[in-house]
Amino acid sequence: MGLILKIKRKFGAIFRLFRRKNKLRIGIYGPPNAGKTTLANRILLDWVGDVMGPVSEIPHETRRARLREGVRIEVDGRTITIDIVDTPGLATKIDFHEFLKYGLSEEEAKRRAKEATEGVIEAIKWLDDLDGVILVMDSTEDPFTQVNITIVGNIEARKLPLIIAANKIDLPNASPARIKSAFPQHTVVPISALKGLNMDTFYRVLAEKFG
Amino acid sequence: MVMEVKMNLISKEKLEKMGTMEKLRMILDEVKSGKIVVLETGLTPEEEAKLIEMTMLEIDHENFVGIEVESYPQKSSGFLSKLFGRKGGRLMVIGPANKLKTLEKREDMIEALIRG
Repeated sequence: MGLILKIKRKFGAIFRLFRRKNKLRIGIYGPPNAGKTTLANRILLDWVGDVMGPVSEIPHETRRARLREGVRIEVDGRTITIDIVDTPGLATKIDFHEFLKYGLSEEEAKRRAKEATEGVIEAIKWLDDLDGVILVMDSTEDPFTQVNITIVGNIEARKLPLIIAANKIDLPNASPARIKSAFPQHTVVPISALKGLNMDTFYRVLAEKFG
Repeated sequence: MVMEVKMNLISKEKLEKMGTMEKLRMILDEVKSGKIVVLETGLTPEEEAKLIEMTMLEIDHENFVGIEVESYPQKSSGFLSKLFGRKGGRLMVIGPANKLKTLEKREDMIEALIRG
């Protein structure tokens, strides 16, 4: 690892204090199908009246990172302006056979798998250019996955501020409490990005954490 | 018929002597050859991310579809390790995604299945 990168990671928090950027670049991370793009769309709908990109039940719908600059969020008289980076879902394996179950042809499935592997690499590379991270977890799933552990470890190592969005609380088997107990050292906000549930609290925490 | 799975158990001493790329190359080569690799001290979060990147580059969509990694969350580090930036990883098991499957993972216990 390059010396400059090492120094940047080690003292990232101090650099960020002195950089006094008027805009913060926030990455939305998580495993595939956790609801990252749905959350990005919700934030943009609420504050810009636009969307970031399409969502799908087929994993790895987002295979290129998308950047939206200058999103102004106002909470309790406080305004923050952020750039949002919606990243492809992180995974340790990508098997094109999984996509065949959703009716894709073999050619489409293989192309999707290839693009998904490139997307994972891009998402990891973005970690070095962020000022904070929103980690989206599916509240209906076990939070102790290797992807979640690796993302949290990398965010901690880079000393980036982190919010965990415990998504999909509108579903009957959602358990945001399980996420809170798995990562007690971090701020966990239960939300439903799809239904817009508890987004006021989410924006308040966002302004406090990143503002 | 008994299906055999080879495992490599790598000691902390051996891992400490290896550089990051040497370590990751060794892990990936062993896993791609079908072995399960057990690391006594695991990898740092940055090494884990690098391993995922390297894995993505080597997925061929036919014989190798990725890896399965089993490890515990990092323990909060002590004063000295915070000061010197050393965060020792915890036990880690890495295998081919088509052979190693996580059944249940908790903070202090991992249940996994190894297929022959």
